[in-house]
Amino acid sequence: MSKIIELKNVNKWFDKFQALKDVNLEVNQQEKIVICGPSGSGKSTLIRCINRLEEHQEGHIVVDGNEISEKTKDIEKIRAEVGMVFQQFNLFPHLSILDNCTLAPIWVKKLTKKQAEEIAMQNLKRVQIDDQALKFPGQLSGGQQQRAALARALCMEPKIMLFDEPTSALDPEMIKEVLDAMVDLAKGGMTMIVVTHEMGFAKEVADNMIFMDEGRIVEKAKTKDFFNNPKSERTKLFLSQIL
Amino acid sequence: MIQIYKPNRANLNTSLSIGLPIIALAFIDFFGNTFLNTNLTRFLPNSLSYFFPLIAGAVGLYFIRIEYSGIRILDNFNKNVNSTTFNAVLTLLIIFIFFKYTPPLLNWLIFDADFVGSTKEDCTSDGACWVFVKVWFKRFMYGMYPNPEQWRINTAFFILFALIGAAFFVPPKFKKYIILFMLFIYPIIGIKLISGGIFGLKWIETGAWGGLSLTLIVSAFALILCFPIGMFLALGRRSELPVIKYSSIGFIEIWRGVPLITVLFMSAVMFPMFLPDGTYMDKLMRVIIAITLFEAAYMAEVIRGGLQALPRGQYDAAKSLGMGYWRLHLLVILPQALKLVIPGIANTFLALVKDTPLIFVVGLLELAGMIGLAKTNPKWLGMAIEGYVFAGLVFWVICYAMSRYSQRLEKRLSTER
Repeated sequence: MSKIIELKNVNKWFDKFQALKDVNLEVNQQEKIVICGPSGSGKSTLIRCINRLEEHQEGHIVVDGNEISEKTKDIEKIRAEVGMVFQQFNLFPHLSILDNCTLAPIWVKKLTKKQAEEIAMQNLKRVQIDDQALKFPGQLSGGQQQRAALARALCMEPKIMLFDEPTSALDPEMIKEVLDAMVDLAKGGMTMIVVTHEMGFAKEVADNMIFMDEGRIVEKAKTKDFFNNPKSERTKLFLSQIL
Repeated sequence: MIQIYKPNRANLNTSLSIGLPIIALAFIDFFGNTFLNTNLTRFLPNSLSYFFPLIAGAVGLYFIRIEYSGIRILDNFNKNVNSTTFNAVLTLLIIFIFFKYTPPLLNWLIFDADFVGSTKEDCTSDGACWVFVKVWFKRFMYGMYPNPEQWRINTAFFILFALIGAAFFVPPKFKKYIILFMLFIYPIIGIKLISGGIFGLKWIETGAWGGLSLTLIVSAFALILCFPIGMFLALGRRSELPVIKYSSIGFIEIWRGVPLITVLFMSAVMFPMFLPDGTYMDKLMRVIIAITLFEAAYMAEVIRGGLQALPRGQYDAAKSLGMGYWRLHLLVILPQALKLVIPGIANTFLALVKDTPLIFVVGLLELAGMIGLAKTNPKWLGMAIEGYVFAGLVFWVICYAMSRYSQRLEKRLSTER
């Protein structure tokens, strides 16, 4: 398997606060990684650095062979290959679900409207909200909105999908429908990095688990080992609290 | 007495038979005072007599303020206008003021006004002299534009209104093209038609333009131009590039800090000094540019307000889909931000229209300016009130139409539910 993401000694500061400390990470194609850890531990910052929604100050980030830094000319091209799903959905409220899904394919990938709509309907069907395509985001439930956001990201046909706590803003009942869609996506062979506290999902899907605390990767292990015999005390403590 | 006697359901009939006559008395006294020149409460001290209707009305309303009386009309009335003593007094005040001042106003405007005739001497009654407006009407509409050529202004505006009408009624597919035509091609046609100099049309210099048509020309051009400039300034002010950011801030703060009248004056007097010798820029064009830049600074701040109201997640989402700066702003951010600030944009547009009379400082006379000129005509001295009431009415109609349109737009673009 070939590497698709590589982080080497990445450091990031927000003013004086150091959010990431010497982070090293390699992700292979089709690999699924779940990142967990207490709030403020740098999980979100880490994945936001991968598509440069945040800038890192030191170290190297290479995505699909492209080094990401302030010198990167067409960061948009890399972003177009890296899909992202956010905690707060971030659908565009002024557009219908279908238009949300076709906007970037039409304007960034330069597909025709017809092609874009075809792809959009396929993806909406995949997350089972094709019957809501003409509604506006405000008319949908949280779970439906998050699935729409997933479909929107998939419409760009990304190589990598990043999930930033995709179920944290949802009612318990709706979490399952979103996780089901993500499991389905994982089975399809997508490379995924997921920040989440849904340990059931992690056990089912993840190849590797990462535990972060205070900006450091404290532990990285195969999923089975991570849950059965975690090495660091900090990880044990964390797991005992959330399991 | 009021403390002891509490109107309620038990003493419903007693309360009503005390309260209603007192209210009736208040109204009889009020209408007697206002319309019949009689004063029923002459025996009271002056000030007390003057306020008698208000006091009696409030007392009467107190007696009929009965909770759950079982009478539908009374309950609705109590709930909506008579819920507290304060509301009761307010209701009475509004009714009294309305009846006291509406009739004399209507008399002056219409019933006692003069409409026929052609000189000031034809105005013999007490009311308004609309003869003044009638006689000067063409000047108020066209300024000093020569009479035989006025059909050109009419045609230009007729085409404009026809286009606007068409934009409302044609299917959405063609609407786009009509609007583009209206924004980019029609202005040139309209201006050429009015200024002439081509196709055998007589050249009419802008100094002769005036009246309402000039108001509309200046407003329309300034409106169309100030919007995109304001938009770019708003984006510029939020830019991460220091040069763009600080020049935007500088521009906005300078233009916002100067009164429009000074800006106009400078555009007329100082601006030509900066032009190379021999070049000449039309006065009207200079004025339109001045108003445009002035209002663009305000527009920029209004739009910036909308930009700031959007959550960061919208930027994140658009960026993560691979959109660069322009796509992100044009497709995602601005459509939402502009929708949020429609009331503010409408506000700026209305202010712009109402600022146009200030162009008198450079000698251009639009509607209000022409009225100012007409009222100093020796044959028509003393007609200022009629003139400015007319101007006020015309401006109000224009502004109200714009305000209604902005509300309609707000509703139509709402995707909340």
